[in-house]
Amino acid sequence: MHAVPPEPDMVQLLTPEGVRVEHPDYPLEITDEQIQSLYRDLVLVRRVDTEAIALQRQGELGLWASLLGQEGAQVGAGRALRAHDMAFPTYREHGVAWCRDVDPLVLLGLFRGTNLGGWDPADNNFNLYTIVIGAQTLHAAGYAMGVVRDGAVGTGDPNRDTAVLAFFGDGASSQGDVNESFVWSAAENLPVVYFCQNNQWAISAPVSTQSRVPIYHRADGFGFPGVRIDGNDVLASLAVTGKALDQARAGLGPTLIEAFTYRMNPHTTSDDPTRYRLAAETETWKLKDPIARVRAYLTRHADVGQDFFDAIDRESEQLAEHVRAGCRALPDPDPLSAFDHVHVELTDELREQRDAFAAYLDSFEEVPA
Amino acid sequence: MTTLTMAKALNEGLRKALDDDPKVIIMGEDVGKLGGVFRITDGLQKDFGEARVFDTPLAESGIIGTAVGLAIRGYRPVCEIQFDGFVFPGFDQIVNQVAKMHNRSAGKIRMPITIRIPFGGGIGAVEHHSESPEAYFAHTAGLKVVSCSNPSDAYWMIQQSIRSDDPVVFFEPKRRYWAKGELNDEPYPLHKARVVRPGREATVAAYGPMVATALEAADADGHDLEVIDLRSISPLDTATVIESVERTGRLVVVHEASVSHGVGAELAARVQERAFYSLEAPVLRVGGFDTPYPASRLEEEWLPTVDRILDAVDRTLEY
Repeated sequence: MHAVPPEPDMVQLLTPEGVRVEHPDYPLEITDEQIQSLYRDLVLVRRVDTEAIALQRQGELGLWASLLGQEGAQVGAGRALRAHDMAFPTYREHGVAWCRDVDPLVLLGLFRGTNLGGWDPADNNFNLYTIVIGAQTLHAAGYAMGVVRDGAVGTGDPNRDTAVLAFFGDGASSQGDVNESFVWSAAENLPVVYFCQNNQWAISAPVSTQSRVPIYHRADGFGFPGVRIDGNDVLASLAVTGKALDQARAGLGPTLIEAFTYRMNPHTTSDDPTRYRLAAETETWKLKDPIARVRAYLTRHADVGQDFFDAIDRESEQLAEHVRAGCRALPDPDPLSAFDHVHVELTDELREQRDAFAAYLDSFEEVPA
Repeated sequence: MTTLTMAKALNEGLRKALDDDPKVIIMGEDVGKLGGVFRITDGLQKDFGEARVFDTPLAESGIIGTAVGLAIRGYRPVCEIQFDGFVFPGFDQIVNQVAKMHNRSAGKIRMPITIRIPFGGGIGAVEHHSESPEAYFAHTAGLKVVSCSNPSDAYWMIQQSIRSDDPVVFFEPKRRYWAKGELNDEPYPLHKARVVRPGREATVAAYGPMVATALEAADADGHDLEVIDLRSISPLDTATVIESVERTGRLVVVHEASVSHGVGAELAARVQERAFYSLEAPVLRVGGFDTPYPASRLEEEWLPTVDRILDAVDRTLEY
């Protein structure tokens, strides 16, 4: 097994110690107020994650896929999007959902088992979570084909030109669908930005199981640029994704971004990482925390006072209460709703099954309490 | 009345669909300049341009997966899968994405995707070019599965499938591509079976390439057979078959696909559930054997023939 060698040219704009650094290819003009706003996103997204894990432990959710450690990658990418751009998430992009103004409660139905997703992608230009690994990258390419056919690329009109942001992970990089999506985007010069969160682990398989080269090098073989960023640096994610999206909208084609990050928590609440990785590895990554470095920057270099952090803590408490109460209030689905939306119009044979099931359910006598 | 081959009827149907709705696009391997390996899309790229009729990279999952994205963006894609046996790399996208996206979104997204698949044997082809995979798709909730048996249905059903807001897997009997027939002036409901030959002694139900074979069997000396063209495999128009069986008391189901766990098994189960007392004999199935599709020099023996259908009819009448 070969470890993937560390990349000296990983784009980083904010060090783990909270020091702003410049990168010649990715100048980022950003105010301290904007960095404060990113800090708020990061904290609140982490809070949603923390609450969801707790809800799973209390039996309120069947499962949760934690994003702990990946907040910087996701918030940077999510905030680089324009309203009319389209995002295609996996099932872990809670931070991107947040940036798209999707209420966290909307995400919980899938994990509580009250629905299968159920939101309208057009509401926030945020597609449904996709559980089959990598499948959504082809949907992103197809959506981008539609964008091209709609004449919404390379017009120079910022309100019209549209990019598509496709998320996937290091495990998905092995999937045929991801590679086919690369082929499509390259061949048709599609306005797609591929955002791979390399969080080092596909459940129990280290990234070396998937790739012998750094994942961003894969782009070379397909004929478009690839770049690796410090995935725990929200500013690097924002700057690099922003530039790639600009290029896509301008008709300059796809980019692959590899956000080098770490899945701090188990794959999902059902996973046990003590069977396959060392706690010491996780401890090392704690030193690169995506939130601590922003807080350090704001405290030491932006003169942001305690009031700001206190206000965010209060907002975080309110959000947590919203998530807890809202989750418990999610209604259980009606048994007959399983027959809804199988087709646009219920077929006769499915109506027969539904009606027979309804009659069966009705045949039970009410037991007096 | 216009007389066309099925290939030309499909071509005309696709042309009409492209004309009727600017969101209709045709995508697949070699569908552009070449017009498809069977020439079903002949001339369409020339007339409708490369944005609407286009060659894709050679990857079936990519064809279906990008069609899903196009549908989310508001397009109405028609995907050509070059041969039946090549659909399987796209199977995941069809079963997990195309079939379920509408349901997953609680009805917010529609998948008006038509997946055209030339299917069945009888053309002396190499392996993977003669298969009948319709049962896989019929077994998947969310998909509609149809098959045309004649040029008129080909012309109308392809347009109805494209207009459908649900995804349709459209099976084209490739060995009948060159058979000619007259076009009807009006379409028949897409998911309704049709009695194509009335008869009294036994019902023979078939679809796609086997309808012509069943009609040939009915025309052979001997029995007064009623032939039903099922047309839609999912949903399956059981009522039309039951109505027939209530008169004839006997049913033989014919398809090229292997018999076990197939469409014939489903139809037999439904008929015995709902018309048990009308049956004078067990429902019999005539189909491919439970073997891989054989080398082409064997296919005439392997495929259902007029004689194998009549043998089954004899057995049901003798019961």
